[in-house]
Formats: sequence, structure tokens, C-alpha cells
Amino acid sequence: MLRIEYAYWLIAAFLIYTALRNLRDGYGWHAAFWLVLGLLFGAGDYILKRSAAGHTLPSQLAGVGVIALALLAPRLHRKPHPESNSAQTRQQSAIRLGHRLFVPALMIPLVTLLVALFGAWLSIDGHALFAAPQMTLTGLALACVVALFAASRVARTPMLEGVAEGRRLLDAIGWAALLPLLLAALGQVFTQSGVGTEIAAIATAFLPTGNATAALLAFALGMVLFTVIMGNAFAAFPVMMAGIGLPLLIRQYGAHPAILGSMGMLCGYCGTLVTPMAADFNLVPAALLELRNPYGVIRAQAWSALWIFVSTVLLMWLLVFR
Amino acid sequence: MNYWPLLGVAVIVIGFALRFNAVPVVVTAALVSGLLGGLSPPALLALLGKSFVSSRMLLLFVLTLPAIGLLERAGLREHAQRWMARLHGLTLARLLIGYLLLRQLLATVGLTGVAGPAQTVRPLLAPMGEAAAQKILPGLDQADREELRAIAAATDNVGRFFGEDVFIALGAVLLIQGFYTQHGIDLSPLAIALWALPTAIAAFVIQSVRVWLYQRRLQRRAAALRIDKAG
Repeated sequence: MLRIEYAYWLIAAFLIYTALRNLRDGYGWHAAFWLVLGLLFGAGDYILKRSAAGHTLPSQLAGVGVIALALLAPRLHRKPHPESNSAQTRQQSAIRLGHRLFVPALMIPLVTLLVALFGAWLSIDGHALFAAPQMTLTGLALACVVALFAASRVARTPMLEGVAEGRRLLDAIGWAALLPLLLAALGQVFTQSGVGTEIAAIATAFLPTGNATAALLAFALGMVLFTVIMGNAFAAFPVMMAGIGLPLLIRQYGAHPAILGSMGMLCGYCGTLVTPMAADFNLVPAALLELRNPYGVIRAQAWSALWIFVSTVLLMWLLVFR
Repeated sequence: MNYWPLLGVAVIVIGFALRFNAVPVVVTAALVSGLLGGLSPPALLALLGKSFVSSRMLLLFVLTLPAIGLLERAGLREHAQRWMARLHGLTLARLLIGYLLLRQLLATVGLTGVAGPAQTVRPLLAPMGEAAAQKILPGLDQADREELRAIAAATDNVGRFFGEDVFIALGAVLLIQGFYTQHGIDLSPLAIALWALPTAIAAFVIQSVRVWLYQRRLQRRAAALRIDKAG
């Protein structure tokens, strides 16, 4: 049975390979960084199991690992990796291979799609082929392996060459790849130490009451602001709902709960588009597309976010107090 | 109430504003908030480590890199660009708006992992967009190319965000429903998801208009260049 943990072990292997290649090339700090991350990925399953059984030592060691990553990250310099094939070689190869190059590239979304749609029905000898949790992501991991295999057939290049190319790209992305995981951990710490309730307390203290429109505006802006700080609309929603949405807008002014909930959440999504805290959507793509400005993607979507926010608030104002 | 943990938020704001390396900034913020919030150092370490490994799925995109890297080495981007240059009916705006629609529809039925910055934008959408822009304005400089790639990534994000909220079995809708159930209001997921449709349509229109305006800006620059040359 294919489980998502296999994908994590595959990632761990890739990270440790990246570490070894860096070590061989004489980049010690890079090697240490990827090695620590690789170990965290390889041991992740064990850490979570022990933690569920009440043993905190493995999680504490993982915490030490996270701090080690934070100390190593500033030492990673983005090194200009030369392209392994010259522009001319790539042009010639592109002309020779033509549309065949698209086949493995399209296999990544396609195989993922097939697993997401039909994975639940596949079984061998009565054993389900894919474990139910995270099936789409397991499918994505499988798709990547299938695509690598197909790419090596199409380009008549050994698969290991692909892993080496992947390592080149990973080094170009560097520590930015790590941010989404760290921010998720930060969100947990914020929740545990009560940052959410504190901000809600401040927000409600300054809240204009007695006017339904002002309360609605405060709710919408609060969703955006809170999402910008936490990097995630899901963290903002319960706080703003408990602070303003439920007691004032729904209970006092009779707002429609479904509309308020749905559109309020979407106001938060507009905040996600403009915050570096949502690193997986904003900073990682910028690194992946090799933009010199890490905030380039945020800049490109800021105006869209503003207009979507304005139209959502307008719709909400028109619909919610019916 | 103990307001000291808010200093963690201040660390983030200052750190990002001064453009320090984001990794130590985030970890410092977590340590500050956690310690001021009354967590003991061992408990804080355990929380940090456990929540870090719990979100391993966020690094799954690195598995696409070997296949993408191998194909790029064999000329995938060059081929996508050559192919785009030959397709005369496919303009930059049509390419990006078509992708936006597809991405939004896929997200609407819950298929958010199918496309994304690593899966589709870097290998396909970005080089095709560059070629389409090159057709309008030959001789794009580096800044133009980067802006175009950023717009491609932005289009991907907008399509995903404002499609997924319409899907009933995904996080957002279930979170909203769960919150209301806890507070004694019963709603069906469908009732919540349907009210995401107006914003989904607004988002599609707004992003499409912005893409179209960008294309028109390129066309105007090209026209100005032609006039310069003719004069």
C-alpha cells in the first residue's frame, strides 16, 4: 500500500543526496543544512508516533534541529549554478525532441489527477493500493517518480542525471523552501501562547459598535489584517468570528451566517495574497521562478487582492443583512 | 490578559521589513512568543519540532524538481517557447485567462494539487507566457521577463484560492461549518460553498481584466517603438 510517508522518505533521500553533493563540491554549510532537514524528514514519522505515545524527547530533538536550521540558513549564499547544458545544446535538443518533451511534464498533473479521481478504487488482492489520508499528495509523489522515469526515456538521459538537475534547482531555491514549514510551526506557537485571543481582545476594544456597516467593515478588515499576520485565513476565521462575527453581526444585527462565513473567509484569502507569511504561495514561487525580488509575486497580485476584497465586501454588505 | 507574546508578531514585522534572512526571524519570533506565553523551554522545543514535522507535506513540491530539471536540460522551456511562437491565435491574455479558468475549475472540484508553481507554472506556463509576450514586444528585458513570470504565478494563486472555497469537502467550508456547529447554528456545507461563487466570479473577472490590461500595455509599448523607428 502506498502511503504519504513513502513520499516523505523519498524527499529525505533527495535532501541527503543534495547534502552529499554539496559536501563533495566543498560547500560545508549547505551540506549541513540539507542534512539536518533530510534527517528531520526521514525521522518525521517516528517523531510523531513517539509524541503520540507521550514521549517528548524525539520532538524536542526535532526542535533543536529546527533551531540548527535557523542558525545555518543565513550562511547559505545563493550560488550561481551554471546551467549544465549550454543554450545551444538545449535548443538543438528541443528541436530534435519536439512535443515529446511535453509528455513527461504533463504526466505530473495527469497522474495526480487520475490518482485523486480513481485511487480509492484501486486495489491488489483486496488491499487498497493507496492509503486514504492525503491520497492526492501521494498521487503527486507517484506522478513525480513516473514523470522522472518518462523524462529519462524521452531525453535518453539516466535518471540520476535528473536527480542531479533537481539538486541544482533545490540549491537555487535554498532556504526559502523551508519557510512554509517554519511558518506553520510559528502558527502553532502563536496559538498556544494566546497571540490570537490577544489580538482579538485589542480588535474588539477598538471596535465601532452601534452601526452594522461599521461592524461589518471591521470584521472584513480584521480578517485581512489577521491573515496577513498569521499567514493563514484559517487561523484568522475562528478568532474574528468569535470576536465580532457571531456576537455582533449575527446575534445583534441578524446577518446571514452562511454568507458571512463564506465571504468573510474569502476576505481572509485576499490577505493571503499579500503577506510574506504565506510563504508557500508567495515566497517559494518567487524563488522557484528565479525572481530577483522575493516579493515579486506579492507585487504582481496586490492589486488583484485589493479589487477582489472590495468587491467581496460590497457583495457582503448588499447580501448579508437581507 | 498577558500581552507580552505579541512581541513575537513585532519580531516578524521588523524582521521582514528590514529584510533579514526570514528563517532565523521566524524561529526567533516563535521562541519569543512561546517563552513569553509561559511555555517551558522543553515544551516549546517539543512543540516547535512536532509542528514542523507535521507539516512535511509543504515540501512535497521538491519531488517535482528532478523530472522538471531533466526536461529543462533537454530543452523543455525552449520547446514551449518555440511552440507558442508558432501558435498565432494564442495571445498572452488568452493563454493566462485560459489557465486561470482551468485552475479555478479544477480547484472547484477539489483538485488543488494537480497544478501549481512547481508542477505547471515553472515548466509550462511561464515559458509559454514569455514567448507570447515576445510575440507582442520583441526584445523583452530581464525585468519584463521577471514581471511576466510573477504574473503567471499570481494567476495560478488567484485561480486556486478563489476556486477551492467553492468545493464542499475542502478545509475552508468544513472549518466554517464546524465553527457554526460548535455555536449551535446548523448549516449544510453546500449552503456555505454556494456563497463563495459570487466572489469566485468576481476574482475571475478582475484577474482577467488585469492580465488583459498588462497585454495592452505591452502592445502600446510595441506601437511606440514602431513609431520611434518609423520617425
